[in-house]
Amino acid sequence: MDTDDRLAADLAHDLDRSFEALVVAHQDRLYTIALRMLGDPRDAEEASQDAFVRAYRALATYDATRIREMRLRGWLTTIVLNLCRTRGVRRAGQGAPPISLDVEGAPTIEPSAARTEAPPEVAERHAERERWSGRLAELPPVYRAAVVLRHVDGLSYPEAAAALGRPEGTVKAQVHRGIALLRTMLEADARNELEEMTA
Amino acid sequence: MNRSTDHVLVAGPTGPIEAALADLTATAPARLRPAVLIQVGLADAYARIDSPIGPLTVAWNGRGVSVVDAAEDDATFETRHRTVTGREAFATDALPPRLADAIARRLGGDRRVRIDLDLRGHSPFERDVWRKALEIPRGEVRPYGWVAAEIGRPRAVRAVGTALGHNPVPLIVPCHRVVRTDGSIGQYSLGGPGNKRTILRSEGLDPEGLEAQAAAGIRYTGSDTTRIVCLPTCRHARRTTDAHRVSFRSAQAATEAGYRPCRVCRPDSGAARAA
Repeated sequence: MDTDDRLAADLAHDLDRSFEALVVAHQDRLYTIALRMLGDPRDAEEASQDAFVRAYRALATYDATRIREMRLRGWLTTIVLNLCRTRGVRRAGQGAPPISLDVEGAPTIEPSAARTEAPPEVAERHAERERWSGRLAELPPVYRAAVVLRHVDGLSYPEAAAALGRPEGTVKAQVHRGIALLRTMLEADARNELEEMTA
Repeated sequence: MNRSTDHVLVAGPTGPIEAALADLTATAPARLRPAVLIQVGLADAYARIDSPIGPLTVAWNGRGVSVVDAAEDDATFETRHRTVTGREAFATDALPPRLADAIARRLGGDRRVRIDLDLRGHSPFERDVWRKALEIPRGEVRPYGWVAAEIGRPRAVRAVGTALGHNPVPLIVPCHRVVRTDGSIGQYSLGGPGNKRTILRSEGLDPEGLEAQAAAGIRYTGSDTTRIVCLPTCRHARRTTDAHRVSFRSAQAATEAGYRPCRVCRPDSGAARAA
């Protein structure tokens, strides 16, 4: 029995008592997916928060048998991806963000500027992550979602296909196309850097 | 496809693109978990508000307000909150503006403003008592026996008192507007009878005057022009001029004198026990 199967069994038995464990087990994943899909930490936080709230409300209406048989990983992924999609659309239309509950003493969202005293290798790794996240953001959303699920979140092709609601072959093609585009961007970046160094 | 081009090496990734992508995982902000739990009602947020009896702590979650308490500090509040709700409470700077506004308006006497309450874990009887207390307008009081009769449990006067003492959201559910059947002010969960008097006074009542009236045996007030009998604080009773005011010791005495009970304050509710 893997962690998710155990979680599903616990949720089926007592949703309120087990829901926090579901949040703890999946919050980094959902936040990562939302962050890589939306690019903005605040938006990602809201989308992943909203995803858990929707998950809870849905689970509250399901009977125990249905919950026990759920594939939680894929299901939560589908919810957060849908929210990222609608958020992207709404953002384009300049809608207001939902109200969030700020909890006192909570650290600020994602470390970025406050890294001045980090050792050079940490700073370099951070810069490298920023570059890759920038490249991901430039991918068309269809490819980005497939690449994020397969290579950032590490879902298998069948899991990613189920979460995206697309045939496995399509998802494979989208991942490959996405990687190819990222390679093109990487090569262009490298060329630019080389030109700057030799200029 | 050739991964180890010069460009890739120049650009500096330590491995293939897939490895760089696998390094893009992030840690959720620490406030995500509490925010989710609060929104679904598995934990509460809390903050301070001002009130006629000084600062109070209000706890709420996505289902509604769950606790109002006069605790002096966070640790005391959190312990009491956990005892009442069984949930974790997280401190915040302030109430959400809409909730703060709704509470301020409700405390100011506006009964139209809706405040959701989270009263899970309390008995149906308790919730019936609290719902009834919510119907008592600002500036008026009703006896325990009245509440008991109104919820269809006329003999449960003592249990009504206990339920009011357990009211987790005092002020919002105005249990301070329920007084003893003999007319004395009675106990109050939010810091004792002194606070109860202060709050009633802030709502325009004269608690000492009421008690003096009750001690003199006046439990009901009628108007000799309308021949309607009310509880003394009913807004209709208070409109009656002194020249036309008639006092009664019991609802029965009023009935015998040919007075009919007010349809707003229903003074006959619980009158059998009060008499």
